[in-house]
Amino acid sequence: MLEIENLHVSVGGKEIVKGLTLSVRPGEVHAIMGPNGSGKSTLSYALAGREGYEITHGRIFYKGADMTALSPEERSASGAFLAMQYPVEIPGVTTMNFLKTALNAQRRARGEDEFDAVSILRLVRGKAAALNIPEEMLKRALNVGFSGGEKKRLEILQMALFEPSLAILDETDSGLDIDALKLVAEGVNALRTPDRGMLIITHYQRLLNYIVPDRVHVLADGRIIAEGGKELAHELEARGYAGLIRDAA
Amino acid sequence: MAAIEETREKVALLGEKYKYGFVTDIEMDRAPRGLTEDTVRLISAKKGEPAWMLEWRLGAYRRWREMKEPNWARVHYPKIDYENAYYYAAPKAGPNPLSLDEVDPRLLETYAKLGIPLNEQKLLAGVAVDAVFDSVSVATTFKAKLAEVGVIFCPISEAIREHGDLVRKYLGSVVPVTDNFFATLNSAVFSDGSFVYVPKGVRCPMELSTYFRINASETGQFERTLIIADEGAYVSYLEGCTAPMRDENQLHAAVVELVTLDGAEIKYSTVQNWYPGDEEGKGGIYNFVTKRGDCRGRGSKISWTQVETGSAITWKYPSCILRGDDSVGEFYSIAITNHFQQADTGTKMHHLGNNTRSRIISKGISAGQAQNTYRGLVSVHPRARNARNYTQCDSLLIGGKCGAHTVPYIESRNSSARIEHEATTSKIADDQLFYCRSRGIAQEEAVALIVNGFCKEVLQQLPMEFAVEAQKLVGISLEGSVG
Repeated sequence: MLEIENLHVSVGGKEIVKGLTLSVRPGEVHAIMGPNGSGKSTLSYALAGREGYEITHGRIFYKGADMTALSPEERSASGAFLAMQYPVEIPGVTTMNFLKTALNAQRRARGEDEFDAVSILRLVRGKAAALNIPEEMLKRALNVGFSGGEKKRLEILQMALFEPSLAILDETDSGLDIDALKLVAEGVNALRTPDRGMLIITHYQRLLNYIVPDRVHVLADGRIIAEGGKELAHELEARGYAGLIRDAA
Repeated sequence: MAAIEETREKVALLGEKYKYGFVTDIEMDRAPRGLTEDTVRLISAKKGEPAWMLEWRLGAYRRWREMKEPNWARVHYPKIDYENAYYYAAPKAGPNPLSLDEVDPRLLETYAKLGIPLNEQKLLAGVAVDAVFDSVSVATTFKAKLAEVGVIFCPISEAIREHGDLVRKYLGSVVPVTDNFFATLNSAVFSDGSFVYVPKGVRCPMELSTYFRINASETGQFERTLIIADEGAYVSYLEGCTAPMRDENQLHAAVVELVTLDGAEIKYSTVQNWYPGDEEGKGGIYNFVTKRGDCRGRGSKISWTQVETGSAITWKYPSCILRGDDSVGEFYSIAITNHFQQADTGTKMHHLGNNTRSRIISKGISAGQAQNTYRGLVSVHPRARNARNYTQCDSLLIGGKCGAHTVPYIESRNSSARIEHEATTSKIADDQLFYCRSRGIAQEEAVALIVNGFCKEVLQQLPMEFAVEAQKLVGISLEGSVG
């Protein structure tokens, strides 16, 4: 469903991703690991279509079509979802209002009927309960004053609500304590289906104990230097990035 | 269609007569250009005003001739040629469009975006409405309800004739004739406006709106409104509408006076979307307004809510004189400027009585190359004990070429006063927009969402129907502001 071919991405004139090739088929969960500055977030922003992330070479195919031809909102409507590392605050806009606006915008773009306020409320409440998100959080302004854990859980709530075909989770575990981590992992696992593909971007192996990947890719200096099954994550844990980088050189 | 043909011929005939001066035909006439004592007399005569009213106008005119136009506001505009304008024009001359097909499609597009129902669109576009929308019957039911409780709501020209004593008692008592250049001009040549009187203890059963004012004339350049709430009375008044209004007259200098007696309350809401000029900044209405409320009574309250999105230049400070002990003044404002618009707006709260309270929430949004200034005054008289004020003044900048300025004046002459002022300035951040877009919300909708969030506190103050329209209007005014 997602095919990345020899991707090169530059930010501010500097090349960060230097030739990355990766495929994700429906039902697969891929983990991307790497040290700071390796290009993980750059990759996720390039996939989401953020301005300023210039694709200088290579191709991205999503559901068989050129993804780079789509705007961020079009990518969202066609089922791509990015759970951000640093979710943004929007004062004055309640979480519930934001979720409703987003969901209906996506549905409208796909030619589907929009949900009315009552249906959305019911839908959101159901999914929020599973993630331990209290009603009052939905009434607060989006992410304003939310703790790290709350922000990440809200990202997963969005994922549950939008039901994407491709979910990219950018360091969903950063800033979380063990309990929050387990909760988030449960939420993500509950969304694993045979037609959904996932890209889990993370620093640490720990998350992958809970969300067990089908394939692991190690990114360093903008390139994939190692690939393997879930055991690769354990190997990484033992030898560190430095060890793997040395091997690859 | 014979009647329409006849009208067309009549109008064509009159068109020629305009070249030579005014025509005495009561249906459509216009004073010659320029402002002289004769113009003032003509206006007064046309309205059938009593002698005292003419004298009042003449006094104002003579004073105006001695005054100099002020230029301290942070707005720039080409010099206004006061001699080259019409000061009196009767109900809209010229053939009305026969159907919506004849109306500028861009105007219709805006009506559609604002969700205005078809019937109303026709009314707003000036399409002949008799077969379509029975405005007379609506107005009649409405008038009957008000008559039942003794509320007077009529054009001020009618009030001057039918309720002269009441008008005479209060007119010019809140905004004196000599208050400022534009108010003086208005006092001399005001065209029409609303008059409202709510008797003791009456809670006006419905929101009064200029939309329903039984008056065929177009919204004038020099509107004069006077609203009086007697002891214990309550009224909510809505001025304006979200639909973009065009007018060939560039200068709009209205005066609004509000009076509340003991325990009374007036809620005055404005949604203003006058033609702002084109994207190059050419044309557009100058909206120079004097609005003031006098909380004369003990425990009385006046609250101003405004959403200003139109006009090339907006220059107004709806204010409150907190005279009565325990009186309350409120000012909630959203001022949006885009392209080349300019706004210098704010409020003045004068704390005179004891235990008075005022609350100011101002949201200024600038985009394009617009300039938006908040100018406010909180003043506490030496004998005013325990005055309390809270001011929150927030600016939002969209893009890198616009400006937001804040000029708060605080004059406190009594040590028991508590005055709080908070201000924030922010931008719509790229990452906020990206976050919205990555969730499927397109750029324009995202800007509207974020801005409405920013303005929420003020929007909540508007009567519901206005609030819904105002939200849409906010979105539309900022189209093309990002990217």
